[in-house]
Amino acid sequence: MSDTQQHPIGLSIRDAVKVYPGTRALKGVDFDIRMGAVNVLVGENGAGKSTLMKVISGVEPLTEGQITVEGQPVKFTSKDDAVRAGIGIVFQELNLFPEMTVAENIFIGHEPTRAGFHLDTGNERARSAALLKRLEQAIDPDTPLGFLKIGQQQIVEIAKALAEDARILILDEPTSALSAKEVEVLFKLIDELTAQGVGIVYISHRLEELIRIGDYITVLRDGEITGSRSMEGVDIRWIVEAMIGGAQKDFAVPISHELGAEVFRAEEVVLPKMGGGYQVDHVSLSVKAGEIVGIYGLMGAGRTELMECIIGRHPPSSLGRYFVEGAPLKARTVADRIARGIALVPEDRKHDGLVQIMAIRENLTLSSLGAVSRWFHIDLKREAGRALEFIKRLTIKVSSAENPVSSLSGGNQQKVVIGKALMTGPKILLMDEPTRGVDVGAKAEIYKVMRELAAEGLGVLFCTSEIEECMALSDRILVMADGRITGEFSHDAEAAEVLAAATPMSTDRESAA
Amino acid sequence: MSVTAQPQPAAQVNWLLLLLKARTFVALILVFTYFAIAAPNFLSVANAVLISKHVAINAFLAIGMTYVIITGGIDLSVGSVVGLTSMIAGYLLLNGIDLGLGWSIQFNTLEIVAMVCLVGVFVGWVNGLLITRLNVAPFIATLGMLYIARGAALLMSGGRTFPNLNGNPDYGSHTFPFIGTGNLLGIPVMIWILIAVTLVATYIAQRSPLGRHIYATGGNERGAELSGVRVRRVKMFVYMFSGLMAAIVGIIIASQLKAAHPATGEFFELNAIAAAVLGGTSMSGGRGRIWGTIVGAFVIGILSDGLVMMGVSSFWQMVIKGLVIVAAVVIDQAQSRLQARVALAQEAAG
Repeated sequence: MSDTQQHPIGLSIRDAVKVYPGTRALKGVDFDIRMGAVNVLVGENGAGKSTLMKVISGVEPLTEGQITVEGQPVKFTSKDDAVRAGIGIVFQELNLFPEMTVAENIFIGHEPTRAGFHLDTGNERARSAALLKRLEQAIDPDTPLGFLKIGQQQIVEIAKALAEDARILILDEPTSALSAKEVEVLFKLIDELTAQGVGIVYISHRLEELIRIGDYITVLRDGEITGSRSMEGVDIRWIVEAMIGGAQKDFAVPISHELGAEVFRAEEVVLPKMGGGYQVDHVSLSVKAGEIVGIYGLMGAGRTELMECIIGRHPPSSLGRYFVEGAPLKARTVADRIARGIALVPEDRKHDGLVQIMAIRENLTLSSLGAVSRWFHIDLKREAGRALEFIKRLTIKVSSAENPVSSLSGGNQQKVVIGKALMTGPKILLMDEPTRGVDVGAKAEIYKVMRELAAEGLGVLFCTSEIEECMALSDRILVMADGRITGEFSHDAEAAEVLAAATPMSTDRESAA
Repeated sequence: MSVTAQPQPAAQVNWLLLLLKARTFVALILVFTYFAIAAPNFLSVANAVLISKHVAINAFLAIGMTYVIITGGIDLSVGSVVGLTSMIAGYLLLNGIDLGLGWSIQFNTLEIVAMVCLVGVFVGWVNGLLITRLNVAPFIATLGMLYIARGAALLMSGGRTFPNLNGNPDYGSHTFPFIGTGNLLGIPVMIWILIAVTLVATYIAQRSPLGRHIYATGGNERGAELSGVRVRRVKMFVYMFSGLMAAIVGIIIASQLKAAHPATGEFFELNAIAAAVLGGTSMSGGRGRIWGTIVGAFVIGILSDGLVMMGVSSFWQMVIKGLVIVAAVVIDQAQSRLQARVALAQEAAG
């Protein structure tokens, strides 16, 4: 094929299988990285992209399968092995030190030395300057990294990989934090790198971006490759179909019921961003009793921040008007808003949802201790009874409610968080990524619970970055991008349209301005 | 088959785990038995009263410190607050409040106790404000307060002692020395106070919503806040409570000595932290028991008094105390590792 001559295969992986306790993250994946080209990798959260990248960059070993680099079979047992083979990775979360200079950051962990112990700062600075020149960036190597914009910091990360002679560069969601202007700079940089023969692996959820920048595309779904071809002739519809499959899966059995009156309304919610712009940009929405409203958006779209504004986590900095059952919500603190009928199931179970060292019972009742107490006295019997009631109702699998909550599986932990929120007797339930990190079985159960709650007349507002989940559960779909609502759809909308609305590139707003 | 061989080591591990869990108590029994055999007169009633009085001073502070540490904070100011409050007690007893023109207000014992306690709570309130509203790290805020309170105590008398705090029957303050020296039913009054405080503190920790919120705040502050716990109020409470404990100690010491000295209470904060840690309170927050702290205070108290009775030099005493504290934390780490291993093994078996 002419493809192979133009873009030789630098790394290929065959029959890759990766097994984690309880799941098969990769089920026999074949993947080629072509040099001097942009190899796009796309798939939903949990499809196995991260696992594949971890395997290629040596962070995790393969369970089965074979990796070859330039025709030679290799075995990576650590990240160092991969680095030696010329593979560099830039993670979505930047691993940089804001207090150190650009040059120090580029050479962190492999500082040039004289006689093995004396830091050769002159050499470090000169090589940094050369690298930044190669990347055509006017960044002074002596600048403290914290002074740079986020886009420039990302370029420093790329320079870091190149400093270790990376021939293959993996970019994991590189544009999620960048402004449109910074994206252009990055794309120009990618063009230059491919012209120099570097093979790029580009992971992103932003489909228009992929079509624009990519030369080859590979789509992953549930640990399997569902499409792999040259980018020629690929459109958003093709990608979406490969991502979610032809037919939508039958996750939730919708319970048909009448919607009631409006239970919750938010008007003009604003959360400013540090250094200008908005994380939540004048968002207004409303939820009816018995309605499930799904907010679809990519990382950094401002979904989590919106939820946190509603529950009252950013008291001084956020603005907005809220109404519960038509009455204005004046309460400012989280505790007071919970008392008024708002409850949140946060995205990050571990850090926001649970107190890991407390018992299951104690976690369940943490938000509603008042209901089982009189004055200064907790009625332990009543508390245990309440906890048991919700354990049964949500079918949480526990051997004893007194065990630490950390002993539960992800899905059951999530049910504890949901139980805690429900125990406050909310009128509107906010759920941020309610099925993140839970297995398929627990997922279906959580969907069922959400449906039942809606049928009982609760208003549910949930965020997700999984298009399938959004389509399957929502009565109404809102799409968020760059802190704003960029689309509203009914439950029978086309997945491709919803996805397109979530891509900030398609908007003309210049967020860097 | 391999399954039948499993139970025995598991049972051994469980037994070891139980022993490790009760380690402070085991340490207490060991220390007690050792001195009972090695030190003459250790097992006398007089000595028991003496030791319990020493322990009580530290125990009050350690109870307050336990709450603070459970929320993930630290209160370094308590020793200085002991000094400040005992000076204030002494001043009020001797001079009352001077209104000028030869007039002054004099107070009875109860009024003095109430006012001094308020001062302790106020200092805690300032600590709490610094920490919750101005976002000063607890270590720094209370370190600052350590110097401020000590300086204030020295300023009150120009560094001198307030002597002869016998009180005045005309004002109803002659009962002041009773707090630190008196007995009720053969047991020192201050021990009765300690018992009462311990019971209340245990109750708050174990059976009240406030106590649950203290543990939740230390276990996961963000999570607690999002669950509707008023984290700021909880923190205000623990520092105010710790200040109150310091004030009680200040009163007791002034009453015991019938004198107030501005250097009173130096390094008391370190003993209180040591007792809490020995009792199993985790410095990273979320874990700790009032009873554990009391036992920890007894271990430290018996250790120092026993060593004194055996004539061990005070230099060696410090070394031994330090070793015991470090050993306690090492064992604590070993226990949590072992616990995690047992939990894993149980999961694998089940």
